[in-house]
Amino acid sequence: MKVFVYDKTLEGLLTAVFDAYYRKTFPDVLVGEGEPLPLFHEEVFTVITEEKKSNRVWKGLEKKLSKIALSGIMVGWLSELPGIDMLLFRYIRKNLDAKGSVEMNFGDPDILELSKIWKKVGQEKERLKQFTRFQKAADGTFFAAMEPLYNVLPLAIDFFADRFADQKWLLYDLKREYGYYYDMHEVIEVRFDKKENHLFSGILHEDIMDKDEKLFQKMWKQYFQSITIKERLNPKLQRQHMPVRFWKYLTEKQI
Amino acid sequence: MDESALEKLKILAESARYDVSCASSGTSRSNKKGTIGSASGWGICHSFSEDGRCISLLKVMLTNYCMYDCAYCINRRSNDIRRATLSVSELVNITIEFYRRNYIEGLFLSSGVVRSPDYTMERLVRIIKDLRQVHRFNGYIHMKSIPGASQELVQEAGLYADRLSVNIEIPNEQSLQLLAPEKDFQSVFAPMRYIQQGVLQSAEDRKKYRYAPRFAPAGQSTQMIVGATPDTDKDILQVTSALYRRPTMKRVYYSGFVPVNGYDTRLPALKQPPLVRENRLYQADWLLRFYQFKVEEIVDDAYPDLDLEIDPKLAWALRHPEAFPVDVNRADYEMLLRVPGIGVKSAKLIVVSRRHGRLGSEQLKKIGIVMKKAQYFITCNELSMQTIQELKPENVRRILTKKTGRRVDDRQLILDFREERDT
Repeated sequence: MKVFVYDKTLEGLLTAVFDAYYRKTFPDVLVGEGEPLPLFHEEVFTVITEEKKSNRVWKGLEKKLSKIALSGIMVGWLSELPGIDMLLFRYIRKNLDAKGSVEMNFGDPDILELSKIWKKVGQEKERLKQFTRFQKAADGTFFAAMEPLYNVLPLAIDFFADRFADQKWLLYDLKREYGYYYDMHEVIEVRFDKKENHLFSGILHEDIMDKDEKLFQKMWKQYFQSITIKERLNPKLQRQHMPVRFWKYLTEKQI
Repeated sequence: MDESALEKLKILAESARYDVSCASSGTSRSNKKGTIGSASGWGICHSFSEDGRCISLLKVMLTNYCMYDCAYCINRRSNDIRRATLSVSELVNITIEFYRRNYIEGLFLSSGVVRSPDYTMERLVRIIKDLRQVHRFNGYIHMKSIPGASQELVQEAGLYADRLSVNIEIPNEQSLQLLAPEKDFQSVFAPMRYIQQGVLQSAEDRKKYRYAPRFAPAGQSTQMIVGATPDTDKDILQVTSALYRRPTMKRVYYSGFVPVNGYDTRLPALKQPPLVRENRLYQADWLLRFYQFKVEEIVDDAYPDLDLEIDPKLAWALRHPEAFPVDVNRADYEMLLRVPGIGVKSAKLIVVSRRHGRLGSEQLKKIGIVMKKAQYFITCNELSMQTIQELKPENVRRILTKKTGRRVDDRQLILDFREERDT
């Protein structure tokens, strides 16, 4: 079993592709630095991430793949699923080796598998757009927190920057402990060393809320109640469209 | 803004909730400097209420006072309910503050008719004009056009709204006359025609002048109540199909009749809204719009109502065994669409994937085809299993409708005759 050790970044993965072609040996397993090696291995090669190498692989892919499939490699990477690196490795290799274009060959298990991951990540991105709820703080910043399954904030940030262009906002990923802040000019990635309570709970404390915030939250909750047609209650359908894992941060679902 | 607005919002949302449409699709508009918001092409559902319906727009009435007395409507004149009217500034404020918190995609504004259709329509237009021009609101606006309103006002509304709609409610003029004596088809179809003219005119203008104003870019929609009148599904779907032939009609919605006015004897006493029938109508609607079916293929004189037990596509397949089995590796896209268990997406996937090699049942399953259904209607790379030809339609039907687990669908109408006998 051939093992490649790399630094668990996308650039590292692309460098690994370069090295594999250069050495003409292809890994069966990819392992992150510091992770335990599989029990039976004949050969261990350590990849040293190099921008020059990863760029060359990317350029090669640009010639082979459509724009959608190319961004799909990014999207697949952001899924952070276990084994995604090996899947992407095989996907890249299949595309580089093929004479024509094979990205539409959904009869191939790897290509189909990756397309399913795109779908899942894309859906999570949509849900971020759907279920993000901003709370207005006293300083005028709109704050929202989420715990997406996949690392989808980078994919949705353009949407938020476009839609909420004339208000300051902070969108925070509680699970990955980072967020994006928009100051009405540009979006910047932010991490906090010292975390206040709302960066754990996702809910602003009343003391730091805007004075009208409570009223609008109350109105939204009231609206949410009033719009239901009692004769047609269907909680199963509600949960299907709006999974319970999002309820924690939904204004209308808080008491 | 204070607590009194909260009470009004409660009353007016409760009055507006029987409108089905909540789509925020059809307009793609990015943010321009100095404006609030954007509109995203497919629309976004921001929440789902306990009845499982999507909440995309703030669906609210300007007022629930109404001079009409339509039998099916909660807001009819003779009903003793709480009435309220929102002020322009309250409505605008709530919309914008909700929007800024990402609660909604925009506003769905309707109203009861006060004084005259034109008087009401004028006030609605003023609100959306205010939203667009004074508050620079760039989100989605859906406005109900009041039946009987004048062409000038419809023309003006189209400049600010993304979508306009007029509800037919009852698919047949005699039934409409019975239930809503103050309305007729003319008052519904005239505004529909004005909207269509507006959209086509603006499209024409925009060919000549790039910056000519857009008119209701997301077109129009309408709604029909299902189960309030004896009309068959054939009557309903024929109206639907005629409407879809008009260039600007984007969606027809079906609303399972909720007996809000139980005392009115012109209406049937239903224990539950006819939800399964409503669902079948939506499925048939999908067949018309995305599966290239014609209305005569779905319902005809022999089968005027949709089968409640099986979906309309399966029903068509069982009535036409001669068209099957379909070879997934050869059949054209149109025919793939007709196979029960294959949807638009999987049909497209099949077409692009089979170029690279013949597809087998394992791959089909992974692509997302419902093999439980499709297996009786297709052949693929492997030796074919028992298809509809060998099994005969009635047996396929029996296999596919075999109940598993729970036997009674509690959402379906059950008439309890026994009770009648007792009393």
